[in-house]
Amino acid sequence: MAGKDPMAFGLSVLNKVAASETLDKLGLRKFTERAIHQSTKSGFQAAGAMQRTFKKVSGGGQGNRPTSNKPTGVFDLTPTEDQQMMVEVISEFASAVLRPGAEEAEKVDDTPKEVLAQTGEFGLSLINIPEELGGLSQERSSVTGVLVAEALAEGDMGQAVACLAPSAVGTAISLWGTEAQQQTYLADFAGENVPAAALVVNEPQAMFDPFALQTTAKKSDSGYVLNGLKSGAVRASEAELFVIAADVEGRGPSMIIVEANTEGVSVAADPSMGLRAAGLSRIQLTDVQVGEDAILGSVDDYRSMIRLSRLGWAALALGTAKSVLDYVKDYVVTREAFGEPIAYRQAVAFTVADMAIELEGMRLVTLKAASRADRGDDFAREGALARRLSTEYGMKIGTDGVQLLGGHGFVKEHPVERWYRDLRAVGVMEGAVLV
Amino acid sequence: MINLETPKKFNAFVQQAHDVANEFLRANSRKYDLAEHSYPKELDLLASLIDGMNESGTGSGAGAAGVRVDEDKKGKSGVKNGSNMSSVLSVIEMCWGDVGLLLSMPRQGLGNSAIASVATDEQLERFKGTWASMAITEPSFGSDSAAIKTTATKDGDHYVLNGEKIFVTAGDRSDSVVVWATLDKELGRAAVKSFVVPKSLPGIRVERLEHKLGIRASDTAVIVLDNCRVPAENLLGSPEIDTAKGFAGAMATFDNTRPLVAGMAVGCARASLDTMRELIEQAGFVIDYDRPAAVQPHVVATFLQMEADWEAALLLTLEAAWMADNRQANSLQASMAKAKAGRSGNQITLKCVELAGSIGYSENEFLEKWARDSKILDIFEGTQQIQQLIIARRLLGLNSSQLK
Repeated sequence: MAGKDPMAFGLSVLNKVAASETLDKLGLRKFTERAIHQSTKSGFQAAGAMQRTFKKVSGGGQGNRPTSNKPTGVFDLTPTEDQQMMVEVISEFASAVLRPGAEEAEKVDDTPKEVLAQTGEFGLSLINIPEELGGLSQERSSVTGVLVAEALAEGDMGQAVACLAPSAVGTAISLWGTEAQQQTYLADFAGENVPAAALVVNEPQAMFDPFALQTTAKKSDSGYVLNGLKSGAVRASEAELFVIAADVEGRGPSMIIVEANTEGVSVAADPSMGLRAAGLSRIQLTDVQVGEDAILGSVDDYRSMIRLSRLGWAALALGTAKSVLDYVKDYVVTREAFGEPIAYRQAVAFTVADMAIELEGMRLVTLKAASRADRGDDFAREGALARRLSTEYGMKIGTDGVQLLGGHGFVKEHPVERWYRDLRAVGVMEGAVLV
Repeated sequence: MINLETPKKFNAFVQQAHDVANEFLRANSRKYDLAEHSYPKELDLLASLIDGMNESGTGSGAGAAGVRVDEDKKGKSGVKNGSNMSSVLSVIEMCWGDVGLLLSMPRQGLGNSAIASVATDEQLERFKGTWASMAITEPSFGSDSAAIKTTATKDGDHYVLNGEKIFVTAGDRSDSVVVWATLDKELGRAAVKSFVVPKSLPGIRVERLEHKLGIRASDTAVIVLDNCRVPAENLLGSPEIDTAKGFAGAMATFDNTRPLVAGMAVGCARASLDTMRELIEQAGFVIDYDRPAAVQPHVVATFLQMEADWEAALLLTLEAAWMADNRQANSLQASMAKAKAGRSGNQITLKCVELAGSIGYSENEFLEKWARDSKILDIFEGTQQIQQLIIARRLLGLNSSQLK
């Protein structure tokens, strides 16, 4: 790739992949790995079966940090050329691969390895890792992350989450890791065979608060001992690496790097209302021993992670909500009742109008938060507002979508009921994705 | 590059507008709410101040007059933040002060906006300095502006106007009225034209003033046109009746004025939110943006919800203005902004009264006033329901005979 802009290089690969025959095959293929999660459905099993060995590098120096974008001072809603190009290609992938494969992926509660491999090939997890660390993005950008997540989720939210999960771990280590942590793990995330990995924050408790964690990391002679039950772990049975949220003794809520094959880590499938293709799981941590150097970033970094991850979920809601809106728009002008298209009725048409209004509103707030993050400005407020809007109106769009299709919305002949189930994840999920 | 902050070059101007809103509008807010129909003379000084600022190039229009698309310099990236954006930002600040008083700002009427939007350069020069109100609604119709009964009959180099107009904002105080009238009732929408009618002409008179729920500082007039002869050159836009083009000409004004009204709702609602935040903090609650709303007090969770809706309304408004500045067709976004800001502004201001209890309900605070003022913003320049009609027709590709 000498002489070529790394981003452009990644995109040209991406473009080639998107146009290749494998995609066509994938779209139609009956894939054979129906049993992927069967093994873990029966209860907790030791994790990290297919574990690679991450070669430990030691040292406490600060890692490389992506640079933030320079402010222009001009109100502008135009994505950069790089962003436009990337969204175009990812949209193509989403509509050619993710959307047609969504039903099948749901049935097996997982995302096909071929699909994940492709996102590895075209460097989805590289987008947020700077060039010096083997990544593709010269300037990390949350706005780009939002646009990418949105485009993927327009295909299928469940598979989008599965595709983005390793990237969340890579991004976290890239943003907050020490030099040693980066050296130990990032090369693999920048390679072709990206390890399955998950950023795990949720715990199975009502009114879960990521700043009041039940999972603990208590000091021991050699580091920390982890105990607790986590949920919302993406494809945990396949994962080789976790970044896990725990309350660290004398420190507060923090991220901890846990290799999946560490003793005491077990996973169980946790099939949920939606996001089936993300293979959601629980992780039981029983006296899990990790070193001092397993702690990733500061308590403040943990807070940043929570905020960026919420933006990621807001972005996913944008994509799925757009799918609903587009689908419903087509449906109401063709479906007839009382001798005319139902779209001729204000009750129907106004519902569609409201979907579009709220979608645009939540999109702009999400982008504002992301662009503030890119400039290094505080975005706690905008991020919280984006989460509020995407939780409420994302779901409203989902439920109105089913409503407008009536009984047809309730059956699996149409994808709207799946979008409805997926959209409920927004506002529930913490962690898992990062932009 | 995506950036949704207030443009840097407008920061000082916005601060200035905010100070003016605080010193002149907020300071006189209750006075003219109580003294409905009395002329807010404080505004004369302010208006000449603003005129001076505009002429010296340091201001960017305090109100509706600034929406004309000029050929001023584009930003480095070729993206422009121009007069539509600055007008909306200004209106937001002013309405944080007082919506009724903003609507009474001399020479900043909605009629001025119509003139700025569609006038020829010659007309713009001729009508410079006028304070123009806008007269569309009649006793027999509101939203259905194609049903106009006021007639304009050509007679030599004049049009003779006859009819009755209601709900004319600043109709008493303005010195001219932009009147919508039909050249030929048989020809429907296409025959509807707008005329700048100076109130000095014989045959135009203010019949009476309304007593209202809110925006009492602003006069709302009934205007009667009785054989009022208006020079033909006061017709805005083309005098031809183009049935193919239909209503488009006259309606184009709304693409510019709806973001402004959305801005009014955004400004008014922010006033309520600012006060509510103080009350919440005085009561000892902390608004935490990181902790889940479910584990925070109800009043905080509600506040976050209101703030979220407000932010969406603000950004939709800025989007519509930004598109106008960059010459992108913005009818859809203008209506979205108006719909979201209109309803959110009303919901927010009403909810703040509820949360503040009798403090909110009492005239000792402004919350009750803003909750009255906000209602009109979901009605004039196209009601909530009209915006939804427009949006739905555009999204679904339906015309007005399909989606009625």
